[in-house]
Amino acid sequence: MGMAAESQFHVLAVDDSIIDRKLIERLLKTSSYQVTTVDSGSKALKFLGLHEDGATNPNTSSVSPNNHQEVEVNLVITDYCMPGMTGYDLLKKIKESSSLKNIPVVIMSSENVPSRISRCLEEGAEEFFLKPVRLSDLNKLGPHMLKTKFKDHNQKREKQEEKAAFQSPKRQEQEEQHQHQQQLLQQQSNNNKRKDIEEGLSPERTRPRYSGITAAV
Amino acid sequence: MDVVQLQRQLVDYRTSLYHEGFLDEQFTQLQELQDENNPHFVVEVVSLFFEDSERHLNELTTALEQQSVDFRRVDAHVHQLKGSSSSIGAQRVQQVCIAFRNYCEEQNVEGCLECLQQVKHEYSLVKTKLESMFQLEQQILTAGGSIPM
Repeated sequence: MGMAAESQFHVLAVDDSIIDRKLIERLLKTSSYQVTTVDSGSKALKFLGLHEDGATNPNTSSVSPNNHQEVEVNLVITDYCMPGMTGYDLLKKIKESSSLKNIPVVIMSSENVPSRISRCLEEGAEEFFLKPVRLSDLNKLGPHMLKTKFKDHNQKREKQEEKAAFQSPKRQEQEEQHQHQQQLLQQQSNNNKRKDIEEGLSPERTRPRYSGITAAV
Repeated sequence: MDVVQLQRQLVDYRTSLYHEGFLDEQFTQLQELQDENNPHFVVEVVSLFFEDSERHLNELTTALEQQSVDFRRVDAHVHQLKGSSSSIGAQRVQQVCIAFRNYCEEQNVEGCLECLQQVKHEYSLVKTKLESMFQLEQQILTAGGSIPM
């Protein structure tokens, strides 16, 4: 009660069975996670701010730190067999979305089908749990969520550092190589502009790099 | 009956349900998820199971009464029932569902009807037993005792 969002991981649980939703909610809360449950893949996508046609509401990306979304989702755990959009379909949509693809996804299924399991893992699922899910299964979730948190924090820190004109040793090395060729430009450009030119981007594009769409860290 | 006797009765009753295969380890998992902050968790989940199961059983009855049986529809309901019974540890119900799904796959109406009867029977048994168990628990609480694990 009254906890800041960052101090608790938030899990989005998707299952068409009301019994299983109740169960997974209790399991997750017992593991000290904040939980939201929905009963379908399409509702899950809506909650994540992604419309089924692939269009994103730019204000609800869960990766960008300065968004207008009230809650960040740190992990999605979904049932495989659901009417309409299956858990696999949901997994695909999340991994194909530039704004959501870093969210770890876990699949649950009552059926032990090896080909199903490998297909899900190949598509990017972090784990595949056989139902009924146990508390011990949920102990495997922490590392996946932590990894994403650190990745997000690293991305944020690097962006901030670039903004502050901090250069990594590698960058300095590259620039020294280009320096005598671009001496005139150096005198007039700021650091961001120089990096853009080196990378072949147009000089006008300085800010858009930090939107998370094209940044490759 | 005093609290200690009631508690003993409850433990014996619960043990018998496991021995007779009505309940399995998953039910124990449910009990372990119940605590002072969520004191009614087991009753709540089981109540959801009762409501959900009755709905599926009604749908199954209707589906199997049709002139031309839609086995995909039948299988969908049995799959759900199998899942929910597994989730609460209602082992005997779950086991009948497994046989039921095989008959669906074979598109065997007779087999399906037989399984429907069986699953209704097993469901009704486990429902009665769980309700008795909850009643015992309530008696203990009313008498001022605590529920033994």
